[in-house]
Parts: sequence; C-alpha cells; structure tokens
Amino acid sequence: MKRRDASIWQLYLTFLKIGGLTFGGGYAMLPMLQREVIDIHHWVTEEEVLDIYAIGQCSPGIIAVNTATMIGYRKRGIPGAIAATLGEVTPSLVLITLLATILLQIQDNIWVQRAFGGIRVAVCALITQSVITLSKKSLIDIPTVLLYIATVAATLVFSLSPLIVVPFAILYGLAVQRIKRRKA
Amino acid sequence: MIYFELYWEFFKIGLFAIGGGLATLPFLYTLAETHGQWITSSDIADMIAISESTPGPIGINMATFAGYQAAGPLGGLIATLGEITPSLIIIIFIARFLGQFDKNQYVKDGLYGLRSAVVGLISYAGLKLFGSTLLLNGSIRIKETLLFLVLLFLVLRLKKIHPLYWILLGAALGIVLHLPS
Repeated sequence: MKRRDASIWQLYLTFLKIGGLTFGGGYAMLPMLQREVIDIHHWVTEEEVLDIYAIGQCSPGIIAVNTATMIGYRKRGIPGAIAATLGEVTPSLVLITLLATILLQIQDNIWVQRAFGGIRVAVCALITQSVITLSKKSLIDIPTVLLYIATVAATLVFSLSPLIVVPFAILYGLAVQRIKRRKA
Repeated sequence: MIYFELYWEFFKIGLFAIGGGLATLPFLYTLAETHGQWITSSDIADMIAISESTPGPIGINMATFAGYQAAGPLGGLIATLGEITPSLIIIIFIARFLGQFDKNQYVKDGLYGLRSAVVGLISYAGLKLFGSTLLLNGSIRIKETLLFLVLLFLVLRLKKIHPLYWILLGAALGIVLHLPS
C-alpha cells in the first residue's frame, strides 16, 4: 500500500476528530485511529499503527497523546508531532472548560448535589471494574502480586509518593526478570 | 506564580503516569494532599465522572478539569500543556533514536514490574475514592454502600455497557434516593 503525505493542518484536524469522537481515550481510541490514519488517509500501515500504539502504551504519559505525537512525528517531524498532539487535546480543553464553568455555577443546587451523590457511587463501581480488569492482565505471578500488595500498603498506610513507586517498580521488574532468567 | 507551579506539577504527572488516564489518579490524590487549595479529594470523584462521560482522553480531561479548578480556564490550558510536554519530548526522542522501543528486553522487564505497581496505585486511588464516597467520619454510609454493591454487581455482569450510561444511572438514582446521605 502506498503511504500518502500529510500536511500540518490535516494532522491537526484529523487528531481533533479522533480526540472529539473517542470516549475514554487510550484503549477506546484504536478503532477510530485505524479508520482515520489507515483507511481514510493512508498515512501509515496496519502494522505500523499497532507498533505505534504499543510504544504509546509503554511510554510515560497519556496513551492517546503518545500515539498522536508518534504519528505526527513520522509524517511531518517535530511540527507534525506538535500539531497532531494539540489536535488530540483540543476537544478536551474546549468541552471540559465549558462543563467546568457550568458546573461551578450550578454546584450548590440540591438536584445537582443529589445527582453527583449517585454519580460518585457509580464511579466507585467503575473504578473497581477497571482494577479487576487490569489485575487479570498485570498480576500474573507471585512477584507481581507481592509488588501489588506492597504498593497498596506503601501508598495507603505509609503515604509513599507514587513518584517513588514508579521508578522502584521498574527496577523491581528488571531485577526479578534477571533472577528468573538466571534460574532458568 | 500559580501557572508555573501548575505546569510543573502536571509535567511531573505526564512524566510518571505510565499506562493510561487512570494511572494519573494516584498523582491527583497526592496533589490534593500537597495543594489542597487547588483540588480536594472529593473533587476528584466528580472529575472522574465528567472525564469518563466527555469525549477525549480521560487523563487529559482530568488535567484540564483540575487546572480549571485551581486557576480558571487558563489554568486548565496550562495543566494540560504541562501534562503533554513529557510525551512530546520522550516520544520524539524514541521515534528518532529507538525504533523498536517496545520490543527491547529491558523495557519489557521494567514494564513487567511497573504494570502491577500501576494497578496497585489505581487501587490506592480507588480506596481513597471509597473513603470519600462510602464513608462519613469513619462510619459506613448505608445507602451509598448498598447502592455501590448493586451497581458493582451489574457493572461486572454487563461489561459491554459504556461507563457514560452507568454515570447517568448513578445521577438518576442519586436524585431518587436523595444522596448523599
């Protein structure tokens, strides 16, 4: 398949569309991304998208933003990366700013307070579901379960900062895998 | 100046939150502890609800919302720019110098550890959320807790339903049941 060129403006608009039509970012964006950058614009191949998405998942930052940056960079260098990324976050900036403004005006209303009283409970259920789904993928053996327990205990009981947990967990992963390979 | 401080705090979140929008949650709770005048723990529950039911990446929605709470519309913009700056720098670096970054053995090994810690960090954020929603001064809020158990049962049963609908159902039930109790 022949890959087509992209202009800075096209990159901005395409990622604006992806950002504005995806609910939930990261994991929900893949089908929309494939449609736009493969089927419609022919900017990258199917395999490239999956590679880029995999890199986006394991790099620091928001997955959707990482993916936009990478595709923008491949098409148009640094200006392309910036254009695609700004496109991806524009809908959030506009919609959330509007909603936050409205919400601050009406937050003292009794109906709004009751609605949010229920919404918070629903959010608790949704977070629990996310944790269960993620656990199945990430807690795969004894060392990962131990690290999970240690993380919850350290943050909740000892108020350890997540900024310390993240680098420690990376070193832990490197060490455990090295020991495993030595034993094998 | 508040804008520099906002930019820096969200820059750190963008740099350390790996693995999607929810991974930024524990950092927001830390922010609520260190910068209580910006956001409080109870704001975060509302932020998650708004962010999950609005288009756009959840992490970015929450950054915009938190920045707005702290310093108005410009604060929302600054926080979001802060959060995306590390991505821009790191991804451009990877694209230029480390082609098959995700297939590198060290990256895989590091992620093996990181993934379980991220679930731990999200669990920590979830427990904080339970604390502000299901408890009141250390005792259990009966209505909320019962509703939580019912909703959790349904959410786990009906996995295909989009979070937006659960949030709308939560809003309706909150009005009917006169929450928060």
